[in-house]
Parts: sequence; structure tokens; C-alpha cells
Amino acid sequence: MLTVEARHRQGNFALDASFTAEGGVTAIFGRSGSGKSTLLRIIGGLLRPDSGRVALEDRLLLDTGARVSIPVHRRRFGHVFQEPRLFPHLSVRQNLNYGRWFAGLSADRSEFDRVVDLLGLGSLVDRRPGRLSGGEKQRVAIGRALLSSPRMLLMDEPLSALDDQRKAEILPFLERLRDDLKMPILYVSHSVPEVGRLADRVVMLREGRVDAIGTPSEILGIASVETGREAGSVISGRVLRRDPETGLFGIATRAGEVLLASEGLAIGKMVRLRIPAREVLLATQRPEGISALNVLEGHIAGIVPIRSGTMDIRVLCGGDIVHAQITEASVKRLSLAEGTHVFAVIKTVALDQA
Amino acid sequence: MDVIALSAEEWTAIRLSLRVSIVATLASLPFGIALALLLARGRFWGRSVLNGIVHLPLILPPVVTGYILLILFGRRGAIGSFLAEQLGIVLSFRWTGAALACAVMGFPLMVRSIRLSIEAIDAKLEEAAGTLGASPLFVFLTVTLPLMLPGVIAGMILAFAKAMGEFGATITFVSNIPGETQTLSAAIYTFTQVPGGDAGALRLTLVAIAISMLALLASEALARVIGKRIEGE
Repeated sequence: MLTVEARHRQGNFALDASFTAEGGVTAIFGRSGSGKSTLLRIIGGLLRPDSGRVALEDRLLLDTGARVSIPVHRRRFGHVFQEPRLFPHLSVRQNLNYGRWFAGLSADRSEFDRVVDLLGLGSLVDRRPGRLSGGEKQRVAIGRALLSSPRMLLMDEPLSALDDQRKAEILPFLERLRDDLKMPILYVSHSVPEVGRLADRVVMLREGRVDAIGTPSEILGIASVETGREAGSVISGRVLRRDPETGLFGIATRAGEVLLASEGLAIGKMVRLRIPAREVLLATQRPEGISALNVLEGHIAGIVPIRSGTMDIRVLCGGDIVHAQITEASVKRLSLAEGTHVFAVIKTVALDQA
Repeated sequence: MDVIALSAEEWTAIRLSLRVSIVATLASLPFGIALALLLARGRFWGRSVLNGIVHLPLILPPVVTGYILLILFGRRGAIGSFLAEQLGIVLSFRWTGAALACAVMGFPLMVRSIRLSIEAIDAKLEEAAGTLGASPLFVFLTVTLPLMLPGVIAGMILAFAKAMGEFGATITFVSNIPGETQTLSAAIYTFTQVPGGDAGALRLTLVAIAISMLALLASEALARVIGKRIEGE
């Protein structure tokens, strides 16, 4: 477990945050300027805060009160930055082995091969970083951090410098780190889709303070109030079946079965679905004769005004929260209130695999 | 044939010049790297003053620099007497003194070149090396030093070329003693001062051009090899 407390002042900006992170992926989420990167740099030892305490498991890394500050090279975190920061004078193989050498580890081929295989770097190892594409460079940077055998990965917006296609190329590899290696990751991002897809837990920062901590669907719902268009909910489920006639996949979620149009999903696999809040209809009776395939039954757990005339409705469907953005006029017309029994209607084509 | 063949004295001057220039370049290199690092990375009071002092030989008349060396490092000079009495090192009117004069004159060029290459290094790379477990010393040895290498090579070539051509400071500090302090430039000067010395002056001039060209070509080739390694193949 990672325990963090930090207070730091930089010009007009004040950071005062504390949180803990268990295994899995913990996202530090917030808009730019909220202090996410500063917090990560303090944890990693790249920035010394005015006061604070950082401990990983039973090892104290920083305690300004006790004058303890382990230097960055002995903290054993694997850092992945926004830019790949590969060493231009070394080959990809030498870049990958750089951290292993300093960790005092034998050049164990099996570990090297495992990471190369996991990140699909096989065809790149004998090349020079200058000749790689942006996405390839970032994959090498992730491999380099992994091979220094860190106790935890610190990732500072590792995808934000890449275009959508490259992002899509790297995200599956990050899921593999989470699912196959069980590597604890602290993931800084301001992207709702990335956090929704990767995070197990979200720490939301706002103006240097921790605003909320919770699951992606809880926090991204709150975030929806801020980010407007990108708002949505994330629910997870297991692939149950594939309808042979329509080709649609049935996903068993806590809210009920949801149909998803996708390609090549393995039965039994866990997937996350992103439901854009603007694409959710609410009905007080089970709707008939509509094209939308997904109708989830639940109760209203909360109503928050977003901006003039628009409300964010949280619908609790069998343990999952589904957010819906509807107009204030509709709320009045249907007399929606907390506890109202409603049906959330979602078009299958509006669903994204998060 | 006699016109082209170099006399024994001329060979002596060439060998001496090469020895003085190589020793001056190599001996000043560690100081050059240290000062360049200090000027590029250090944040301390008096940094611009230090920068000014390093660059002084570039703007002072060489004769002035030579005279200052004579005052400081001569037998009765403040540093010279100490070196002679305590360590038995005598610089004045010796080839080692010529090497010191050449080193001082080439120093600003060397420091400037190395400093520029240090300032061009992305500090984020050094930060990344630290996060991978490299202590500050190893960050310097494995990242900073290899990346500043092109500047170091360029600085050494510049200092060597400056040393080969140095005249004013050397002749003022250590005079013009054949076989001890008479470098290539001094020998050419001497030839021009005696009747019938034109042929000798011309021969040595050709040699000086050849050495300078070779040094330049060697540096270009080295820079290409290193540049390729850094840019990535």
C-alpha cells in the first residue's frame, strides 16, 4: 500500500493532498493545473515538497518531519512520462536493460523476453530510438520502466502526447500490465475514457486538493458535471454469449444484460462499457416499440444540476450507477425525484467498449 | 630536392609544436569539462565573473596574456617560484611553459564548445536515468558524458588548432629558443627575419596548412561517427 501526504506551494498554486493506493490501477484524475503531476513528482522523489510523508508498504520514502528523503534513484518506482525520454545514444535493447543494470539484477533473459513479448517489442530491440514511431517509443519507455523491477509504476499522462490511433495501440498493453502482471500503477490523467478503461480506483484532484475518492463510475459521474460532453458512466461485465443471428454480444453486468456491437470478444472475458450520459433516455414505465435494445431498470439515486436547464441523474441499476443527462423540463414533466423507479434506455450503437 | 626536404631544425620545430599542442589540449581537457559543467549547470554568485575570466585570453592581446603568464609563472613570479621551490617544476623558457601558454589561449574555445553541448542536453533524460536507479555520478557517466561528447571533441580540435597557431603569448612567456620553445609559428617568424629564409618559411607554412587540414578532417569524421550514434541508426 502507498500512503501519501503532501503540502507544497509553488507561486500561487498550493497543493495539499493525501490519499492511499492499494494494488491495481489508481488514477489521479483532474483537469490540467489541478496538481496531478506535481503530486506524482513528489511521490517519485523528483520534487521535494514543503512538507509531506510518503511510504510504500513498510518503507518510509519521505518524511519531512523526520528529515527522511530517499533519493529518486533508490525509491524503486518505475516512471513513465508524457514523453518517452529514451536515451538517444543507446539502442532499444540497451535502453531496456538500463534500469536492470542499476537494480543490480543479472541480465536475466527470461524477464527481458517476457517484457519484450508482453509489449510486442521483439522487432524493435536492435534498432535505435531515433527510428521509432511515437507509439513504439512509448512502449519501449514502459518496458524500460518495467524492467527496472519497480514496486509500483508511476505514469504521468503517458498517452497524452499521442494521437488517437496510437493511444488505441497502447491501451491494450496497459491493460495487460494491470491484468497479467498485477503491477500496481499510479496513473495520472485528465482523460475520462482512459481513466474509465484502466482505473480500479480514482482519486480526483481539484485545485491541489483531493475532491473525491471512489470507483471510476462514481467519480467519473461527478466529473461529468464538470467536463460536460465527455461525461458518462463506466460499468463492467462478463461476456456471456454472442447472438448468432445479430452478431451482438451479451454482456452480463450488475445492472442486467447489455447488448454490445463489437468484434472478436472472447466469451467469459471481462469488459468495461462506457455509456455517454447524453445518450441515456429515462422512462418511468418499461418502454415498448422502440429501437433501443438496452433497457436497464433502477432507482434514481441523485439529481444534480449541471448548467442551466440540464440535470445529471444518477440511476442505481442493480449496484451499478448509470448517469443520464436530461433537461430540467423532463425532470419536472416526469416528476423525477430521488427514489423514483425508472428505466434507463441506451442505444446499443451509443455504447463504447471503454 | 633541397627546396622540399625539411632540415633537422625544421623537423624539431614541427615535433615540438605537435608535442606542445597535444599536451596543452589533453592537460586542459579535465579543467575544460569541469569549468564548462560549472558554467552550464552551476547557479552561484560570481558565475558571470568566472565566465569573463575564462574568456579573457580570447579578447586580450596575446602579448598581454604572455606577459601576465611571465609575471605569474616566471621564476620569480608568485606561482612560478612556488612551483620551482616546492615541486621542482620550471615553466619559464621551457617547452612545458609553451604548453601552458597554448593551453591558456585555447581554453576559452574549449570551454565554450563543451558548455554549448552541455546546455543542449535535455535534462529530462537525466531525470529519467535517475528514476531508473542511476545515482547522480552514474547519470553523468552514462547519459551526460556520452551526449556531450561531440562538443568535447569539437572543443579539443579547436584548442589543438589554436595551440598550433599560438605565437604571441608563447614568445612573450618562453621566448624563441630552438629545440626548446621554438614552435612552428615561431620558426616561420624567425625564417622571415633572416636573409634567404623564404624557402624554409614556405616549407613550414605548407606543413602548418597540412596539419590544420588533417585535424579538421579528423574532427569532421569523428563528429559524423558520434552524431550517427546519437541521432540513431
